[in-house]
Amino acid sequence: MSILNVENVHTYYGNIHALKGISIKIDKGEIVTLIGGNGAGKTTTLRTISGLLKPREGSVSLDGQDLLKFKAHEIVYKGISMVPEGRGIFARLSVTENLEMGAYSRTSKQELQQNMERVFTLFPRLKERRTQVAGTLSGGEQQMLATGRALMANPTILLMDEPSMGLAPVLVELIFDTIQQINKTGTTILLVEQNALMALSIAHRGYVLQTGEIVISDTAENLKNNPTVQKAYLGME
Amino acid sequence: MKKENFLWSAVKTGLIVGVVAIFICFVGMVEVFSKRDVIEKLITLGQFVLLAAMFSAGFIASRHTSSLLEKNKPVSNLVAGLVAGLFTGLVLALLVVVGAEVNLRAVFLNATTTLYDVLTLDKGVGNVWILPLIGAVAGLLGAASLLLPQILRRPITQALVFVIFMAFFSGLFRVVMINQGSDMSKAAKYLFGQTGLTLEGTLIFFLGVIAVSMLWSYKGKDIQAGVTRLPKAGRLSLRVIVYALIAYVALGLPQVSGPFIAQVIVTVALFVLMGLGLNITLGFAGLLDLGFVAFYAIGAYTVGLLTSYGAFGLQHIPFWVAVPIAVLVAMASGAMLGLPVLGIRGDYLAIATLGFGEIVRLLAGSDFLAPFFGGPQGIIGIQKPCLGTLGPFIRVDVPRVCNGLELGKPQDIYYIAVVSAVIIAFVAWRLRESRLGRAWMAIREDEDVAEALGVNLIQTKLLAYMLGAAFAGLGGAIFATLIGSIFATSMQLIVSINVVSLIIVGGMGSIPGVIVGAIALIGLPELLREVSEFRFLLYGATLIIMMLAKPEGLWPSQATRRELHHTEVEAGVKA
Repeated sequence: MSILNVENVHTYYGNIHALKGISIKIDKGEIVTLIGGNGAGKTTTLRTISGLLKPREGSVSLDGQDLLKFKAHEIVYKGISMVPEGRGIFARLSVTENLEMGAYSRTSKQELQQNMERVFTLFPRLKERRTQVAGTLSGGEQQMLATGRALMANPTILLMDEPSMGLAPVLVELIFDTIQQINKTGTTILLVEQNALMALSIAHRGYVLQTGEIVISDTAENLKNNPTVQKAYLGME
Repeated sequence: MKKENFLWSAVKTGLIVGVVAIFICFVGMVEVFSKRDVIEKLITLGQFVLLAAMFSAGFIASRHTSSLLEKNKPVSNLVAGLVAGLFTGLVLALLVVVGAEVNLRAVFLNATTTLYDVLTLDKGVGNVWILPLIGAVAGLLGAASLLLPQILRRPITQALVFVIFMAFFSGLFRVVMINQGSDMSKAAKYLFGQTGLTLEGTLIFFLGVIAVSMLWSYKGKDIQAGVTRLPKAGRLSLRVIVYALIAYVALGLPQVSGPFIAQVIVTVALFVLMGLGLNITLGFAGLLDLGFVAFYAIGAYTVGLLTSYGAFGLQHIPFWVAVPIAVLVAMASGAMLGLPVLGIRGDYLAIATLGFGEIVRLLAGSDFLAPFFGGPQGIIGIQKPCLGTLGPFIRVDVPRVCNGLELGKPQDIYYIAVVSAVIIAFVAWRLRESRLGRAWMAIREDEDVAEALGVNLIQTKLLAYMLGAAFAGLGGAIFATLIGSIFATSMQLIVSINVVSLIIVGGMGSIPGVIVGAIALIGLPELLREVSEFRFLLYGATLIIMMLAKPEGLWPSQATRRELHHTEVEAGVKA
């Protein structure tokens, strides 16, 4: 039984037809990755799911509940959190304040404390830097903060937009390790990545997106061995 | 790259400062300032400005030398300072010599003979050699000040700043002290002359500050440690004592200062109210509003229309009832401005709000709406606040009689303004620490992310506009009763610009910063009548210098301080 159900979604930027009928199903506890080149519509898909963009056609539902009738700021209350592209941290607020903003949708003080502890166990670096202004963190730390902030809302599904962007290889591995850890605690993850090899190495299943359409959908293992994918996205001949 | 010779660098510094000094002469500042004394019969403000220029030439040259030679070399530093001051003096001397031959007044209106007399210390063109000599000495002193050890330099700098401050405000202190009776009056005449400090006063202030400063640098740590060692109750009662003292001074001030100072403080308090309002929209939520004066106008007109006994008075209700209504009306107009501009961001928002401010001013002053708002004649005869019962309204142009205490004078309005400012500052502080405050700051940083985290953008932004407008409306309401009449012409764009500037100078998003900014940009120019002619010149110069030297503002919020000085803190920790 799939938990997130995206069906035949068409999203436009003005007159530009960005998503041309996309369908994605994600089961509870899965890591699903969305790979594709620049302008394929990966970020648009995430923004559509999180309500920041409204599709002209199609449906998005979570646990059978129609998400399209909610406004963007209400979606997080339904259990969907996003780690935005380029991290989108609040540069002038401290690490703690950033995390508290992540729990904006949760009003219980106790829950906030618990979630903060959980984030700090996951990212001890953030605990060390908790009074520091977020804008002065390194790229890797900012990615940790963005991820931690999304987790503060206690999401059922975590949407991650290019977490490896601009990071050194060693940090990319660290981030991907944490994604797996987060997944093991029961959070479902939809991961958008250009670094297809890394993404497929931790995902259960994957979709390949090309100019607003899904061209292949398969298990991660099969995608890694698919000649088209290998040629186009994994840099193999 | 080959490094510059330090002497050549000093010459350049001297020439540049000389040109700046000529500029100051040509705008007329030196001549106007020379009517005021710093120390009576010894040095005028005009001479002081020139001396300060030469002194800083020496200081700058000395600092350049240190950085060129990569360490302090006393002899080179002093020589550089001397050379720089000398050249500044030479440039000024050149001005005098040229001015004696050619009629510069044809182009520069302020190049008068009085100016030349000031420059040559009334000794005539023949004695012009005195200028470079003074310059060299001042430059030498400037260079020497850099070489002083910290322990000496700080008290001397503080003492100099304090003396200059006291000299600037000597007139005010003199009047206030003379009002206090014969003992104080004698002291006042001993310390302050007619136009500046007396020599005795200068020495007392200078040495006094040095003594206090030295004492503090020796004992300050112990005192601080003593305070932190105090038990919690002790620290609390200490704080209570300090607050009580401040309250006592604040309550007594208008009684001793007279109406002028009271009015200046009211003006500052009104700008604090507006500043705190804009600090919510701009400082917290990051929404630049350049038409902020509109809400001030709306608050003022509401109180005017509701309480006036003049021709345009509508309800003749007491001030105390009218103020909450004015605040609500301002809030509603905040929402009215907010709704159409919700989707606009950044620069476009600034332009849209600029338009809003102008529309409100033009409408209020228009002939079209003159039957309601009085047009260019404005609304006059605003009823003064009354503690007690108001007599009945008899007819137009006859004020209602106040059975009780009428708060009519600026000294009385002072209390209303200061109490309002304190309450609003508290409200602003609580708002910043609230969930709503967090949401505002999140919007300021990144709207999309804030929305994705669950912030309702429409609601949160509208609240920012409405609360900001409410604070400004309160300011306008008090302004209306202070002046007793309102005219659309006092609601100029410059008021909005003043509010934005005071927030920036004080420190964006910081509540104490708003107060400091209002005192610096509104209060000081009001008090310094001599400066009023050059208000905008100094205003602009202050803004530029502030942005270069202290971009976070005079009293920045914690976050900005951390952001801008993070590297220094880090370095400090490692060192």
